[in-house]
Amino acid sequence: MSVFTLGGAEREAVLAPALAALTERHRQACPPYSRILDAIGARPPYERVADLPWLPVRLFKTHELRSVEEDQVFRVLTSSGTTGQRPSRVFLDREAAAAQTRMLAATLRVVLGERRLPMLVVDSRSVVRDPALSARGAGVLGMMNFGRDHTFVLDEHGRVDAEAVKGFLARHGGERFLVFGFTFMVWLYLRGLGADLSQGVLIHSGGWKRLAEQEVGNAEFRRRLAQECGLRSVHNFYGMVEQIGTVFLEGPDGDGLYCPDFADVVIRDPETWQEAPPGVPGLIEVVSTLPTSYPGHVLLTEDIGVVRGVDDGCLPGRRFEVLGRLPRAEARGCSDTFGQGG
Amino acid sequence: MSHLDRLRAVFRVALNLPDGTDVDGLEYRAIPQWDSLAHMALIAAMEDEFSVMIDTDEMIDMSSFAKATELLEKHGVGAASR
Repeated sequence: MSVFTLGGAEREAVLAPALAALTERHRQACPPYSRILDAIGARPPYERVADLPWLPVRLFKTHELRSVEEDQVFRVLTSSGTTGQRPSRVFLDREAAAAQTRMLAATLRVVLGERRLPMLVVDSRSVVRDPALSARGAGVLGMMNFGRDHTFVLDEHGRVDAEAVKGFLARHGGERFLVFGFTFMVWLYLRGLGADLSQGVLIHSGGWKRLAEQEVGNAEFRRRLAQECGLRSVHNFYGMVEQIGTVFLEGPDGDGLYCPDFADVVIRDPETWQEAPPGVPGLIEVVSTLPTSYPGHVLLTEDIGVVRGVDDGCLPGRRFEVLGRLPRAEARGCSDTFGQGG
Repeated sequence: MSHLDRLRAVFRVALNLPDGTDVDGLEYRAIPQWDSLAHMALIAAMEDEFSVMIDTDEMIDMSSFAKATELLEKHGVGAASR
């Protein structure tokens, strides 16, 4: 069953009441959230998704925002922050933890299918073995659910392990396989391999900041990977630990990021906070019905994006692009769990 | 060895538990040994031991030893080894 079925209007009709109900539920269950809503004077009715009160994503660094009792917390997720910053903390109960894994799987199914594919990880095994898991390790670990025979491109010292890749391709190079890595790692290490990855499906995330410094954008990224590795099935995704399980997935033609049925984006003019029309850049607000155990269902990010179209691409709903970070936003680690920039 | 005993052995090896540990009541993440990394090793070990292919959704839903026995039955393992 696909989670890419709802067109723009239909999605609005489903999400507006669902997210309004979540807002009320969190208001009653999370006192700090309730105080924030009171302070900004937010009150129902919320007719449209864009009418809902949003939380700046950085509040998860400074406040303990949870809507379940402490003894119901099953997992606490943290994002990386650069030195001296507090990480975000996200509180999941059993139900929310199960839902996020399941819905991430449902979202990626549109490109991966139901089978776990042989998997090449553009990273080192040591990132997932660290007991105090880094955000990068958590991201790799989360993706490893979709693979089998996990093979790491880098050895324990972070050097390319050409033998391991050769062995992997000897075992699986003739069938469909999954390649996953953070965008800058893929750019750094995959191109020089000289390997035929033409049967691979690449999923990558983590942001363009480091590549932007080298003036490499998405089009160049895709062109070079196709040319140098034969990789033609390439899907970037955008997501953040504060809305874990929700990812916005790039379509097959690289024409933008698509929203799963349980999520959407609102682009806001940073001066007026009004919703910006398609084609006009602004701050990205992400909405999702997955955060049931913490008030992360309507979040204003520190990323700038633009809606490229609605119901005009290969999947229904909004099609958007992430353009970069808000200049004044604090620098975050380059590999926040499940990426911070698209 | 019955398929249940084989499954118990797979659990003990994959989760690094001492011989003879009672695993029948185990739940995912209820013990430190059964974390997400061990979960993947466990799934791979089950696939090898019983020659089955476990899908993403089945892997996600296998949240206890009891669920693992159900999963094997679904793949026809219980019936075949009896």
